[in-house]
Amino acid sequence: MDHLTALENKSIFIIREAYYRFKDIAMLWSVGKDSTTLLWLCRKAFFGKIPFPVIHIDTTYKFPEMYKFRDEYAKKWGLDLIVGRNDGQVEAGMGPGKGTKLDCCNELKTNALKQTIAKHGFKALLLGIRRDEHGIRAKERIFSPRDEQFKWNYEDQPAELWDQYRSTVADDNHCRVHPILHMTEMDIWKYVQRENIPISELYLSKEGKRFRSIGCAPCCNPIDSAASSVDEIVTELETTTTSERAGRAQDKEDAYTMQKLRSLGYM
Amino acid sequence: MDERSLHIVIVGHVDHGKSTLVGRLFHDTGSLPAEKMNEIRRACEELGKPFEFAYIMDNFEEERKKGITIDIAHTFFATPKRRYVIIDAPGHKEFLKNMVSGTSQAEAALLLVDISQGIQEQTLRHCFVLSLLGVRQIAVIVNKMDLVGYSKERFDAVSRDAIAALARFNLAPAYIIPISASAGENVAAKSPISSWYEGPTVLEALDSFEPLKVEEKGLRFPVQDVYEVSGKSVPVGRVEAGRLKPGQEVVVYPGKTKTRITCVMKFMEEGMTEAGTGECVGITAEAALKRGDILADTEPAFITSSVRANIFWMVDQDYRLGLPMVFKCATQEAIGRIDKIYKRFDPATEKTEDDLTVIKPAEVAEVEITLDGMVAIDSFSEIPELGRFVLEHAGTPVAGGIII
Ligand SMILES: Nc1nc2c(ncn2[C@@H]2O[C@H](COP(=O)(O)OP(=O)(O)O)[C@@H](O)[C@H]2O)c(=O)[nH]1
Repeated sequence: MDHLTALENKSIFIIREAYYRFKDIAMLWSVGKDSTTLLWLCRKAFFGKIPFPVIHIDTTYKFPEMYKFRDEYAKKWGLDLIVGRNDGQVEAGMGPGKGTKLDCCNELKTNALKQTIAKHGFKALLLGIRRDEHGIRAKERIFSPRDEQFKWNYEDQPAELWDQYRSTVADDNHCRVHPILHMTEMDIWKYVQRENIPISELYLSKEGKRFRSIGCAPCCNPIDSAASSVDEIVTELETTTTSERAGRAQDKEDAYTMQKLRSLGYM
Repeated sequence: MDERSLHIVIVGHVDHGKSTLVGRLFHDTGSLPAEKMNEIRRACEELGKPFEFAYIMDNFEEERKKGITIDIAHTFFATPKRRYVIIDAPGHKEFLKNMVSGTSQAEAALLLVDISQGIQEQTLRHCFVLSLLGVRQIAVIVNKMDLVGYSKERFDAVSRDAIAALARFNLAPAYIIPISASAGENVAAKSPISSWYEGPTVLEALDSFEPLKVEEKGLRFPVQDVYEVSGKSVPVGRVEAGRLKPGQEVVVYPGKTKTRITCVMKFMEEGMTEAGTGECVGITAEAALKRGDILADTEPAFITSSVRANIFWMVDQDYRLGLPMVFKCATQEAIGRIDKIYKRFDPATEKTEDDLTVIKPAEVAEVEITLDGMVAIDSFSEIPELGRFVLEHAGTPVAGGIII
């Protein structure tokens, strides 16, 4: 079995295991390439019809292209889309210009997600994070419980042996499930290429610039790149040495922002 | 380089140089972004320490302060031959459960020994875990050769000890390699300093290891769930051994009823004629199926409600004879309890304990588990997926087991 097929099978196995364990499950879709790949894998796992909701956390600061992409494919793929927004904070004017970037992420992402989970009573969330994204993610488990405060207790995680994932979480917890944890950025692009997965046009070069990672418009910087197709991105990545989140303000502001954000529980 | 990636684990006593070796492998195979090197360099400067390759692995803020690895971490590097997923495992006793979960996926192991320290308690414990988990492809890496001036005599002495240590667990090293992880000797490039050494470098040794092959065995298809697709009942699952074909006659275990596969399917793939080991597929079959059914075309080794196995106790609480747990093997689940402990011991000291009513943290025990229902299982060395299991208590895995 080739590498990409092996990765795909592993992901589908995890997705099906998660759905078997948790019927109150949803998938988090940021509209980025990773979670769009996850969405694609979910469609495959369930023969085209995803049997649970797909959540988009809307900070209201996303690129217009992202909203368009989201709505187009939500319709095309018959998704049960839930848009989660921290309306209170949005109305109070929270934004990247107000307070620190961390405050903004915390309110518009983390708290928006907390509210959405509470409202719908989800017990599990499928997330498209990858181990190679950042050093701290190298320690993630595939099934990873979070407490009420979304805290991740990485020092005391149960072992995951042989694709046997924990079957329950305590009542006040929810379980994060990471079906593409084992994929790298390169794997994602090669898989997108092989499967012809639609991705946001923001990833493709326009006038010498493209986004390698997409999120909120004010906090994403494009990189210099001439890659205007997925094939060209794959070629570009084969020769590049800077890491993927280099263009993201969130990470630059503080080397440990990721860690802090994480312990605040967003992803 | 389309070959599947090989999962390797690096084990050894704390401070013998695991993290340094991993950092070195990354660096020397060019798998490290420049930016990451800078991040680490900065962190080291802030802490007033010299540049440490080990920090590539030890990426947590807390770890940087404490100076220890606290959990397994998965990382990737590639040689021209294939990709490697490294599972770094810590040496500390209390983190052994992570080590077990790391090793569980490993197809080959590097066992690190510090030349100036020799074989230590943890080294033995790790040898045992490797044997328990059936990891057979092992290279012993004798590290810090720079501390002994690349002495062949010292190397030979430690090599003998390593062979003897592994032999106690019925293991034999494929290679014994003298290296300096910090200086990079014999890791990616052959060292001119240890000219007496004629064997492979660490990377050459890794490239010579083989992935496991279960494709050639009898079919094992554990049903994972049953979906409804366009009005039809579609059992789904992953082929764990052998091949699955439309038209195939199979036996459904543990009940031993016969049925025929009428269709093998994946989304967006028309007319599948076969699914091989590792593939997740949906099927249609003449009989109604449910999660936990095992479809097979050769008889599993045991159809039983009584499982004899080696288990590794992973949690901090003791097990007392009779406490019920959930036995999970592939997609099969049954309530069970350990009714008999034949022996239990600390894998490091190999000292057997007399009290056979209890199993203590980090111990290994040979046990008999009595289940409330029948299961179909194989021996681990034949069909790994049906030969290993997890015991769960209150939703948390408490032990891993290997069927002997
Ligand atoms: N002299 C020497 N020191 C080494 C070598 N490899 C590692 N070390 C040092 O040994 C210590 C422990 O290494 P580390 O990789 O953290 O060990 P781990 O606990 O097994 O991960 C660190 O201070 C390293 O700098 C080597 O080849 N030669």
